[in-house]
Amino acid sequence: MSNPLSAFLRDYLTVGIFASLAFVLVGLLLFISWLVRPDRRQAQKYIAYESGVDPVGDMWSQSQVRYYIFALLFVMFDVEAVFIFPWATQLEVFGFFGLIEMTIFIVILLLGLVYAWRKGVLRWV
Amino acid sequence: MDPLLSGGIGLSEILIVLLKVVVAFAGLMVGVMAMVWFERKLVADMQNRIGPNRAGPFGILQTLADGIKLFFKEDLQPERSDPFVFKLAPYLALVPAFLVFTVIPIAGNFSDGQDGVVTLFGHETLMQVADPQMGILFVLAMSSVAVYGVMLAGWSSGSKYPLLGSVRASAQMVSYEAALGLSVATVLLFAGTLSTNGIVASQAGWRWNIWMTLLVPFVVFVIAATAELNRPPFDLVEAEQELVGGFHTEYSSIRFALFFLAEFMNTVTMSAVIVTLFLGGPSGPIPSGAPGWVQDFLLPLIYFFAKLLVFLFVFVWFRATLPRFRYDQLMDLGWKFLIPLALGWFLILTAIKVARDQGWNPVVAGAVAALAVVVGGLLLRSSIRAAEDKDFDAVDPADLDGAGA
Repeated sequence: MSNPLSAFLRDYLTVGIFASLAFVLVGLLLFISWLVRPDRRQAQKYIAYESGVDPVGDMWSQSQVRYYIFALLFVMFDVEAVFIFPWATQLEVFGFFGLIEMTIFIVILLLGLVYAWRKGVLRWV
Repeated sequence: MDPLLSGGIGLSEILIVLLKVVVAFAGLMVGVMAMVWFERKLVADMQNRIGPNRAGPFGILQTLADGIKLFFKEDLQPERSDPFVFKLAPYLALVPAFLVFTVIPIAGNFSDGQDGVVTLFGHETLMQVADPQMGILFVLAMSSVAVYGVMLAGWSSGSKYPLLGSVRASAQMVSYEAALGLSVATVLLFAGTLSTNGIVASQAGWRWNIWMTLLVPFVVFVIAATAELNRPPFDLVEAEQELVGGFHTEYSSIRFALFFLAEFMNTVTMSAVIVTLFLGGPSGPIPSGAPGWVQDFLLPLIYFFAKLLVFLFVFVWFRATLPRFRYDQLMDLGWKFLIPLALGWFLILTAIKVARDQGWNPVVAGAVAALAVVVGGLLLRSSIRAAEDKDFDAVDPADLDGAGA
C-alpha cells in the first residue's frame, strides 16, 4: 500500500483525535474554573478531612495484604483472557481439537483458583 | 476497519472524521447531563419525592446549574497530598470514559446481511467514531485504565478515607473484570471477531447474543458491569456511612465535578457496550421500502436509544431497590460464584458451537458438556468443602478471644 499511514495507525487515528479532544476539554474546564473561582486561603482548609477531628498519624497507612492477593489472582484470569479471546474468534478453524485443548487449559487455571480457595485465601476476614 | 479510512486520506475524509468526533463528543456530554437528571428524577419517583423541578422544565437543566455552581467553588488541595498525581487523576478518570464510546456503533443498517455502512457526503463510513480490529479489547483496556484514575485519586489525596476507598475500588474492579472478560469471551465465540461492528453484524436478524448465549453470560455481564461502575449495590468504594465520599473525599470544585461526570459517563457507555454485545446494537426490523435515511439513520438510532434507555433505567432501578453489599459478600459473589459460573458456561457454549460447526447434534453436545461441567464442579466443590471443614476444626476456640485471632 502506498499510503504513508499503516493500517494500525489509521484504525486508531480517530481514537487519537477523540482522546486529544477529551484531554483538551478536561484542561479547558479546569482553566475556566481557575479563572472564576475564589481563592481565600486559610491553613485549616488544607488539613485532610477526618470527620471534623484533627487527623492523627501518617496518612499513608498500611492496608490489608488481602487486597493484593486478589490482585495476584486477577492476573491469572487476565492472562487467561489474553489466550481465550483470540482462540474464541477462531474456534471454527480448530474444531473439536480446540475444544479439548481449551478445556485442559481452563481446568488447569480453575485448579489454581480451587487451590487458592482451599487455602482459605478467598475468605475475607 | 472503517471504509472511510481504507483509501487515501484527503481533506474531505479528515473533515468527516472531525465531524463524527465533534457530534459524538457533544452527544455524549448532553447524554451524560440528561442521565444525571434522569437518575435523580427516577430515584425521586421511586422514593415518593418530587426530585429536581426548579431549573428549566421538569428540572432538566439541574445538572447544568450544578455544574456552573461548581465552577465558582474554591479548589482545595490537602497539604499532605501528592500535587502532581492529585491533579492527574481526574484526567485518568474522565478520558477513558470518553474513549470507550468511540467504538460503539450507534446507527447503520444491519438487516439482510448489510454491514452497517452508511454514505455521508458521498463517502462510505460506519456510524461509529472508530472501528479498530480489536474493538472489544479496547473497551476492556479502557475500563482497566479507569481503575488508575480511581486508585491514584485516593492514594494521592494523602488522607485516610480516600486511601481506603481507593484500595477497595481497585480490588473490586479487578475482581469483577475477570468475570466481565469471561462473559465477553462467550460473545466472541458466536461473533468470531473482536470488532464491535462485526459483533453487531453477527447478531443481525434477531440472532441477538442475549439468547444465542442462553442468557447466563448476559446476567453475569450486567452484574459485573454494575460492580465495575461502582454503582449500587456495589458502591462500597464510596459507602457514605463508612468512608464519607470514598476516593474523591478530598476533591472539591470542578475536580470533583470531573469525577462525577466520569462516573455517569461510564454508566452510559457501559450500557451502550451491553447493548452492542448482547442486544444487537442498532439492529432491528427495517422495512426495505423505506427511504435511505430512514433505513440508515432514523430507525437504527431509535432502536439503539430505546435499548440504551432500558439499561439506564435498570441501573437506576438497582440503585433504588437493592441495599449495599458487605465487602466479603462482594468478593464471594465475584470469585466463588460469577467466575466459576462464567467459566463453566463458557465450556458448555464452546461444546455447542463446536458441535454445530462439525454437524453433530448441538443439544446432545450441550447436555454432555453441561453434565461434565456439573460433575466436575461438584467434585471441586466437595474438595473445597473438605478443606474448609478441616480449616474450621483447626481453629482453637482459645485463640479467638486472644491476640492470635
